[in-house]
Amino acid sequence: MKIHEYQAKELMAGRGIPVPLGRMVTTVEEARAAVAPLIGESGNPVVVVKSQIHAGGRGKGRFVEHPDLGGVTVVTDGISGGVGAAEEAVAGLAEQMLGSTLVTIQTGSEGKVVNRLYIEQGIDIDRELYLSVLLDRARSRHIVMASTEGGTEIEVVAEETPEKILKEEIDPAVGLLPFQAARLAAGLGLEGDAGKNGARFMSALAEAAVDWDSDLIEINPLVVTTEGAVMALDGKMGFDSNALFRHPDVEAMRDESEEDPAELEASEFDLSFISLDGTIGCMVNGAGLAMATMDVIKYVGGEPANFLDVGGGATADKVTAAFKIITKDPNVKGIFVNIFGGIMRCDTIATGVVQAVQEVGLEVPLVVRLEGTNVELGRQIIAESGLNVVTADDMKDGAAKIVELSA
Amino acid sequence: MSVLIDKDTKVIVQGMGRTGQFHADKSIAYGTNIVGGVHPSKAGTTLSFSGETDHSGVPGRPDTYEVEVPIFGTVRDAKKTTGADATVVFVPPPFAADAIMEAAEAGIELIICVTEGIPVNDMVRAKRYLEDKPVRLVGPNCPGVITPKECRIGIMPGYIHTPGRIGVVSRSGTLTYEAVHQLTNNGLGQTTAIGIGGDPVNGTNFIDCLALFNDDPETEGVIMIGEIGGTAEEEAAAWITENMTKPVAGFIAGTTAPPGKRMGHAGAIISGGMGTADAKIAALEAAGVVVAPTPTDMGSAMLEALEKAGIS
Repeated sequence: MKIHEYQAKELMAGRGIPVPLGRMVTTVEEARAAVAPLIGESGNPVVVVKSQIHAGGRGKGRFVEHPDLGGVTVVTDGISGGVGAAEEAVAGLAEQMLGSTLVTIQTGSEGKVVNRLYIEQGIDIDRELYLSVLLDRARSRHIVMASTEGGTEIEVVAEETPEKILKEEIDPAVGLLPFQAARLAAGLGLEGDAGKNGARFMSALAEAAVDWDSDLIEINPLVVTTEGAVMALDGKMGFDSNALFRHPDVEAMRDESEEDPAELEASEFDLSFISLDGTIGCMVNGAGLAMATMDVIKYVGGEPANFLDVGGGATADKVTAAFKIITKDPNVKGIFVNIFGGIMRCDTIATGVVQAVQEVGLEVPLVVRLEGTNVELGRQIIAESGLNVVTADDMKDGAAKIVELSA
Repeated sequence: MSVLIDKDTKVIVQGMGRTGQFHADKSIAYGTNIVGGVHPSKAGTTLSFSGETDHSGVPGRPDTYEVEVPIFGTVRDAKKTTGADATVVFVPPPFAADAIMEAAEAGIELIICVTEGIPVNDMVRAKRYLEDKPVRLVGPNCPGVITPKECRIGIMPGYIHTPGRIGVVSRSGTLTYEAVHQLTNNGLGQTTAIGIGGDPVNGTNFIDCLALFNDDPETEGVIMIGEIGGTAEEEAAAWITENMTKPVAGFIAGTTAPPGKRMGHAGAIISGGMGTADAKIAALEAAGVVVAPTPTDMGSAMLEALEKAGIS
């Protein structure tokens, strides 16, 4: 589960991790009202207006409605014009940004509608660094990763200058040790107060990351101010959805408007579903088989419309729900049901498919491939249903048939 | 011969709830030696299992079975009384890592965890706890381990398996069934099939299983089934190049998976350009592995790999 930048900063502030002052707003009036107290408290006449969406690249991103406007915009009007000028400028930006669609390298061409803005104090930046806490799968441990190349995407740094990436492993028995934090700070060239502040920041963040069950925290950039303070200028956080049961405060930060409606609906039925751009809807049991089914569709010349794992314990009702979600997608020109019945029996799936088709109707071709437990019974149920269903011998055969039928 | 489990393996079940009991029953019907269960609130009782024998399992048994399985409050008690050498964990996700560590502390040599949805942090801690203990963890989020006609531990359908010459190792349950089914149909059969699970932090990995199969005299070839996410397949490819003396066929799921999306399994995600199917396929092919273009071709890929190695 992902959260917004302002929520990540709220969590960090709650643990004493330094972040700039800021306020989240959803209206132009709130945006205007946020400016004076912010400038008053920070003493800095500069403020920044930041679009809050679950995607990176906001600064370089542009609005569909306002092609010259970036998703993160610095307002300097307060320097010469005072608080009133800053208020006017922020209100004007909020007017343009709220309700508009921001396209960044991570949103895809359709972009994301901005419903929330974060109005933040300006910071006098000395240096921009990079810091993250993430899982190193090969080592089965979390690591703290840091780099002097703040503001640049870490994948680019890893590709071009891997020697600039510093790593320290977190031993779950003892946490990130003080000498490791100090080593990272020194590696980043932080000295004096900045060195102490940097090490303290990293220790606190590493500890918090484990406590929160986050699966990724990325601070890019982590900034050193001209006064030697170290703080998070941006904050991207994701959480292990399997651990949310012990973090109701984090779960409450979920913003469902950021999620795909079909994926959201599927999650209510405990179905694992992901929307894709193709035309062949798939319904499969098992995550690996579901992925492989998409691959086979592509292999025989089609494009999958979704990933869907109905799970090992699918009931007829779950199958019906899955069918409804698939058929809702106007791009779907055919449906491929691919089941290897293990503990789940093929007759259960067949009954579910027949029930679903009778309930939902079927306007596109349907190919069903059944294999495994009670396969004969399952095929018989499909054959006797009188429905216009094509059966397949194996998954490659089934994929070829549905691609041909839907062409 | 086989790896990890055979007809003499004594198994306990941790988490004798509805799912645990259902699969304990299937395993008993298959002929697995289930010697006990662990369930704190039912300690001191017994659970009765009876039904029709699954004749695809251990041969030479009567047509029906009736078994009383003693339930213990702790793994330590179960181990002391039964001498169990393997456990299968069905405990719900919030408590599953603790169940794994309890089994390790009690000295159960083989811990097979079926539970899906264990928090990653819990598994990071559990793996750390297991580091210096003489135990092996398989899973979590896996279908288990089966040696055909000898021992079934987990949730896989027993009847699709047949004893034979090929070792199977996989991150995906249903794709394991596909491979096993094809190996049964083309007459190669299986020595042992191991599901290593779809989580980002797991116990036994591809390399561990490849090494076991490499050392097993009955195993003539191996099918390994991987998927997007992490670098376990790439590491396995490097190991194969250095060490593997037997032919390997493979399949990698997720060629069409979009980056940044978790494809059902917690571990199946392409992040930061890492963990793509294409990179894994390239690494395996460079190591001489015959990679099946679709899951339907896994059995024939194994035949091809055997043929290339001069084994008929």
